[in-house]
Amino acid sequence: MTEYDTDKFYEGLVKHRLIIPVGVQGAFGRGAVFEDVLERFNGLVSQLSKDDRAEVYTFPPIISRSVLERVNYLDSFPHLCGAVYSFFGKELQALALSKRVHDGEPWGDMLGITDVVLNPAACYPVYPSFTGVVPKGGRLVTMLNWVYRHEPSPEPTRMQSFRVREFVRVGTPAEVVEWRDMWLQRGLDLLTSLGLPARSDVASDPFFGRGGKILAAGQKEQKLKFEVLVPVISAENPTAVCSFNFHQEHFGSTFDIRTPDGNVANTACLGFGLERIVMALFKTHGFDPELWPKEARQRLWP
Amino acid sequence: MTAIDPMTQKIRRILKDHGRLSKDADSLGAESDLYEAGMTSHASVNVMLALEGEFNIEFPDHMLKRSVFDSIASIGAAVGELQGG
Repeated sequence: MTEYDTDKFYEGLVKHRLIIPVGVQGAFGRGAVFEDVLERFNGLVSQLSKDDRAEVYTFPPIISRSVLERVNYLDSFPHLCGAVYSFFGKELQALALSKRVHDGEPWGDMLGITDVVLNPAACYPVYPSFTGVVPKGGRLVTMLNWVYRHEPSPEPTRMQSFRVREFVRVGTPAEVVEWRDMWLQRGLDLLTSLGLPARSDVASDPFFGRGGKILAAGQKEQKLKFEVLVPVISAENPTAVCSFNFHQEHFGSTFDIRTPDGNVANTACLGFGLERIVMALFKTHGFDPELWPKEARQRLWP
Repeated sequence: MTAIDPMTQKIRRILKDHGRLSKDADSLGAESDLYEAGMTSHASVNVMLALEGEFNIEFPDHMLKRSVFDSIASIGAAVGELQGG
């Protein structure tokens, strides 16, 4: 029987030099073996989807603050946001700032907000570039982006900063939903082929506050979000390692994206939480990849 | 629930102020679908908070769902229930 113990799992990851603590919760370095597994899994995703001919982009881990504001992120997830602040003052204010820092006093109020925020969702950077009319058949983009969520936790699968292998589909509602359903099965098959006990379920985002309960309930009722789950730190509450979101017209109307028939485009995205998938593999098969089952090894190290 | 009772009037005013409807709240029937009339999910949260303030009630978790806020009639029924009416 698999035993679930968050502290033991974290300590095991550290002991095997898979992760390197950096002194703050939800952030850690990744060792070479951890990265090798992560890159090989990402490679499998690329291989599996190569005939889909997605456009490939890379974005930095920051986005324009205006994008965050326009997509209503601060209405839905103010508790998760990470805005970048910097110092805009003159010499005397800099001296005062320095004094406060060295005296161990709070200094955040001496900074001002910049034009950028840490990117909280791997798909966000690409939507502004879709503005206009998409070609017949829509578009498909893939990215590997670092994302930020302000949710420090001692639990290793809950990170403040992590990578997501993302796909974004834009098109008519039928095109987008068909693509999402195809990937839901494909994602499950991929994880199952690696020996992970994966299953999918309807899900909701962690919206803020009591009002957020309405948003979460609505998302579930309308089946707008699915997750693929694998037990990593608990059997009862398995960890979401892959998530599928159907946004309907949310981004299409925000960024004026249209299909050739003149209608507002629909979008959907899916993201593999790469660190979580790697951790699910270590949890399921053990901390030493040399000892993993043959089938999983053959897929990752063909 | 008729159009002239005070609770419905208050609900219509809250919908006008917070519902971001594409139609005039006064032109909607009691059973009209507010989401179809342009109310977004985020607007429904604002409507919920405004209702709590106006009627001095607090929606319990099991009522924090889309269907409770989908028409003037269902909002009226929920408010009535919470007021012990």
